[in-house]
Amino acid sequence: MTLLQMSGIEKSFAHVQVLKQVRFTLEAGEIHALLGENGAGKSTLIKILSGGFPADQGKILIDDKEVTFQSPRAAMKAGIGVIHQELHLVPQLSICENLFLGREHSFGFGWIRWRKMKEEARHWLKKVGLNKDPFCKVGGLSVGQQQLVEIAKALSLQAKILILDEPTAALTPLEVRSLFATLRALRGKGVGMIYISHRLEEVQELSDRITVLRNGEIIATHPTHEIALDHVVQMMVGRDLAERFPQKTAVKTPVDRLRVKGLTQTGVVEGVSFHIQAGEVLGLAGLIGAGRTELANLLFGVSKRDAGEIWLDGKPATFRHPREAVRLGMAYVTEDRKGKGLVLTQSVKENLSLVAMNAFTTMGVITKKLEEEQATTLSKQLGIRATSLDQPAAFLSGGNQQKVAIGKWLVQPPKVLILDEPTRGVDIGAKQEIYQLMNQLSAQGVAILLISSDLPEVLGMSDRVMVMRKGKQVATFTQKEATEQRVLEAAAGGGGLLAEGIERAEHAR
Amino acid sequence: MRRELNVRNMHVSGLQKLGPMAGLLLMVILLAIISQDFLSITNIFNIFRQISINALLAFGMTLVILTGGIDLSVGSILALAGVLTASMVGMGLPPWLAILLGICTGALMGSINGLFIAIGRVAPFIVTLATLSLYRGLTLVYTDGRPLLSDNPDFVILGQGYLFEVPVPVIWMLVLFFLLSFLLKNTPFGRHIYALGGNEEAALLSGVRTTRVKIMAYTLCGAFASLAGIILTARLSSAQPTMGSGYELSAIAAVVLGGTSLAGGKGWITGTLIGAMIIGVLDNGLNLLNVSTFYQQVVKGAVILLAVLVDRSEKS
Repeated sequence: MTLLQMSGIEKSFAHVQVLKQVRFTLEAGEIHALLGENGAGKSTLIKILSGGFPADQGKILIDDKEVTFQSPRAAMKAGIGVIHQELHLVPQLSICENLFLGREHSFGFGWIRWRKMKEEARHWLKKVGLNKDPFCKVGGLSVGQQQLVEIAKALSLQAKILILDEPTAALTPLEVRSLFATLRALRGKGVGMIYISHRLEEVQELSDRITVLRNGEIIATHPTHEIALDHVVQMMVGRDLAERFPQKTAVKTPVDRLRVKGLTQTGVVEGVSFHIQAGEVLGLAGLIGAGRTELANLLFGVSKRDAGEIWLDGKPATFRHPREAVRLGMAYVTEDRKGKGLVLTQSVKENLSLVAMNAFTTMGVITKKLEEEQATTLSKQLGIRATSLDQPAAFLSGGNQQKVAIGKWLVQPPKVLILDEPTRGVDIGAKQEIYQLMNQLSAQGVAILLISSDLPEVLGMSDRVMVMRKGKQVATFTQKEATEQRVLEAAAGGGGLLAEGIERAEHAR
Repeated sequence: MRRELNVRNMHVSGLQKLGPMAGLLLMVILLAIISQDFLSITNIFNIFRQISINALLAFGMTLVILTGGIDLSVGSILALAGVLTASMVGMGLPPWLAILLGICTGALMGSINGLFIAIGRVAPFIVTLATLSLYRGLTLVYTDGRPLLSDNPDFVILGQGYLFEVPVPVIWMLVLFFLLSFLLKNTPFGRHIYALGGNEEAALLSGVRTTRVKIMAYTLCGAFASLAGIILTARLSSAQPTMGSGYELSAIAAVVLGGTSLAGGKGWITGTLIGAMIIGVLDNGLNLLNVSTFYQQVVKGAVILLAVLVDRSEKS
């Protein structure tokens, strides 16, 4: 049964056509992946479907009845639920309160029927496979669990069509497994799902059909099992991408740029020791909460260490403030680029010059011309696409923001570069550029610590992979030894939990 | 394409820049039509002299607001610095030394605010609300509530004198305006203030000494307030222990009218000068039109609301 039919959808913003004659269908009990680079028109299509704004032309049929949505509320009523990348829950309230926010059951006069709400909440939580007390505070749940609450909320609103926008971006591999199990179970019950993700492996594993959108046009729709990933990528970017992970040309030199011994922050990071050579990429894998970002913060002097030593180029280095780390040649591209990486109110140029302002300051005055030149060079080197260097960073796309966040560290090439989730929420084209940049930097002798939850990325880009679990370093693999299975097992601990997760997933399939 | 909006300043969008200026221009034209005295040279210098005190306070306030903070204690710093300076002049200290020491005390009071805010991590609103009372109290204790006369001619020239027909306070205001404008646009410290206000965490992780920059901003704000207090004392030939109370609100109003965001990270000092001028012209115009001071308050409040409303609708 066809749940949703969209045809001839057109949309323009200020004379720029964003969607052209888009056709899209969704069957009941289907997971339909919608793929495309950033700016391809995915978000616009989703907004039209969820009542964000109307299409200029075209028809939307739900259960063969034509619908037009004047508001998100109308779309919700017609059975469309959206799970956004950023979760929309109130952390201070309980699961139950969040589920029924704005439509609490009551006896009238504002007297809430807690018992009824609790029972109903139980029912929906069971449907999404979340085994939690409905009166738990949402803030205490993991991101994965919060996502399940969102899905439960959508289902409780009688959603037949779920739109999932990058649902796995912030999840650990284990949580991804359990989310997939839930999605498959829902598929079995006839829910139709539109699944948006930049992670192609996931799409291949989970979806029934793939539709590729490029420049506002539908390129093709194929059953997933009939199409190869390489071909999907090619359709998305409209050209051949040589390889997903470009071959490294750098030769690492047997000189330790960074050496760390027994680094400890009690209860968070326990006695981590490693070294990275010049031109080497050390991948750091682990589940969320394994202490990877915390390790980076320790290395950079953001948080205080309780024990341990750090050597940079063989010299002991102690950082008590990020500034000292920066001075000695450390660079840190943070996981949360909007929250910690960029000053969104400032221009591209100002962001690029924030770290190494000394490079073009004489007698305490910034030489604007030098600054401009430097920014121009960097933005060319990194392929930053902005209307001008004076454009505020807030208006750039995710990929371009990330390039700026990396670029500011390259005015004076660092000795050690820490990259925390450098390609999260970044489209394939920009990912490629970031990978190539990493290779260039390696070739210049920069030591790179790559923290990533994207396993293929860690495996594809690293010379060695270190795995952390619960603040401890549990394994280090060479590139040859490192397989997805091994890394995951080390990260999850003994494979017990993980095996169970995979089994459940296989079973559902 | 969208190039025409791209005025050379990166911190404030074109419309936000034009808004305050257009508002000021509109008021000047209106008042020039209604009142013949308005555009006379005497009256214009009069306006400038009247706004110089508020402008100085607002300049310092701009720095603090750009970092995402606020300073409610400027009126009290103004009074304490004015009283101390008057007292030192009265004791026979050379005026220049007394002025310098007065500014130093202002800077000290500002840095105390900054220390509590940056190192103690207490909300700026709370800290400066407390010091508003504290510094005012110290002033009252020191003077026992009585005004201090200060009529040393070498001192009062600071507030009453002229240089080439231009009132000395106006010269102070203009010089500091250009200095601050340069500081914000062309020095790392200025950039760091914007970065800190835009995203403190990102600034910290980029190696900016955020604590130091923040303390510096409050210190400068205190220094500006004390200079305003000293000039005011010189102009009145006496230091009133209650002077400057409520001035912090006019200063904040000037900053906001000028288009600087209370959220921090966005704004410009030229806007603040225009904001102070808007308030000054409004006061002066209403005086010329013989509007009672009670109504003046009402009109001023309404103008501020209107300006902020226009600003919001431009942004969305």
